[in-house]
Amino acid sequence: MSDKHLSTQFDAELSGISGRVLEMGGLVESQVTRALYALTQFSEETATHVLLQEERVNQMEIEIDRDLSAIIARRQPTARDLRLLIAISKAIANLERVGDEAARIARTVQRLMNTGVSARLRLPVSDLNFEAELAIAQLRKALDAFARLDTAKALEVLKQDDQIDQEFDGLLRKLITYMMEDPRTISSSIDLVFVAKAIERVGDHAKNLAEAIIYVVKGTDVRHTSVQDVENVVR
Amino acid sequence: MDTRVNLPTNEKVKISVRDLNFYYGGFLALKNINLDIPERKVTAFIGPSGCGKSTLLRVFNRMFELYPEQRAEGSISLDGENILKSKMDVTLIRAKIGMVFQKPTPFPMSIYDNIAFGVRLFETLPRVEMDERVEWALKKSALWNEVKDKLNQSGSSLSGGQQQRLCIARGIAIKPEVLLLDEPCSALDPISTGKIEELIHELKSDYTVMIVTHNMQQAARCSDYTAYMYLGDLVEFGPTNELFMKPKKKDTEDYITGRFG
Repeated sequence: MSDKHLSTQFDAELSGISGRVLEMGGLVESQVTRALYALTQFSEETATHVLLQEERVNQMEIEIDRDLSAIIARRQPTARDLRLLIAISKAIANLERVGDEAARIARTVQRLMNTGVSARLRLPVSDLNFEAELAIAQLRKALDAFARLDTAKALEVLKQDDQIDQEFDGLLRKLITYMMEDPRTISSSIDLVFVAKAIERVGDHAKNLAEAIIYVVKGTDVRHTSVQDVENVVR
Repeated sequence: MDTRVNLPTNEKVKISVRDLNFYYGGFLALKNINLDIPERKVTAFIGPSGCGKSTLLRVFNRMFELYPEQRAEGSISLDGENILKSKMDVTLIRAKIGMVFQKPTPFPMSIYDNIAFGVRLFETLPRVEMDERVEWALKKSALWNEVKDKLNQSGSSLSGGQQQRLCIARGIAIKPEVLLLDEPCSALDPISTGKIEELIHELKSDYTVMIVTHNMQQAARCSDYTAYMYLGDLVEFGPTNELFMKPKKKDTEDYITGRFG
């Protein structure tokens, strides 16, 4: 927020809660990164770490929600302030789900390792990397745009979401080929399909975050709107 | 600055303000106001002290004419008739456009007479009909149940919130078309305020209501349209939902979000 309120306490509350959202964003971003590391490196230890941290993500969502309710009750925010708080409420729900996706990937790693899959089969685990990098970059960009309320950057996130979707489709085709060639890989390939889907969902959450940023700044709800129309709103 | 409102086509215009300038002696207190007030809706006026919102309200029923050095230019049309130029008796205008003030102002007489007093100025009603009118006005202003057994007691024996509702009852007893409320809740506690706001909501099915308030949340709660004024200018006017969620002007946003200063 550029201008200051008459009440410096209100300013402090708003910037405090925005800071908490970014902190939560940083945490879930590292959760996703670690979950993928656990997958590509078959690291049981890292997978366990992700699952332990999941509790912290959930706790942060609850705490930020509680602070949001308090600010709304005490300040009765309007216009841009109200839009910011509504956007934060949506953003943390999305971030919490990103955390869920990271936990889902970590659990898949544990399952794959428990069944001893990694040793016997060569699965295209590293092929997931590109999709994952895209998704993490999207999440990082969305959080960055949130920190600066930067609509241009938010628009970039919206534009790049297609790429992840295409990558997911490509992975799906590849995994289907694997399963057809060697039916013994079916069970673990399906696990990887779910991982690929989880990564794709991370991208979707980044997109939702970007839409919330545009709502805060422009006051226009751009969900379910074509990228072209969003461009007109942002310009 | 042309801020003439294009009301949604489904709204009927009750009062039309055009090119209104208002002077306190040499001081220009309202600057070229253009505004359409929708019928049977609540329109709220907000803005910092001295922005002209109460002044504007006082022009609507020519209350300012009590003071010789005050004058208004431009036009205010009530159903098409310019009330500023009108030969119409000012008492009749005030019968059509009633007003309730910041501080409850019960007359020093019984609750019953507080309401009957105004009615007697315009109508000669048989006792039974007058009783009915008083009961109707007290019911309409959500006061009947609290005072029906003590109509002969003095109006000033009531609590602040009850007194204010008594003033509203007095205002509507003469069956006006428009009701002007100048900070009607500023001297009241939250419970009484809640009752008045509930009442405002009910009144709009019969009357066009205009309310001046310092309490933005009150404007947000009980109005359909809101006008933001600053230093005698009408800065923005629009549906309350839009004005509080996505105001068009930055000045409005700064004010309602508390960035003003």
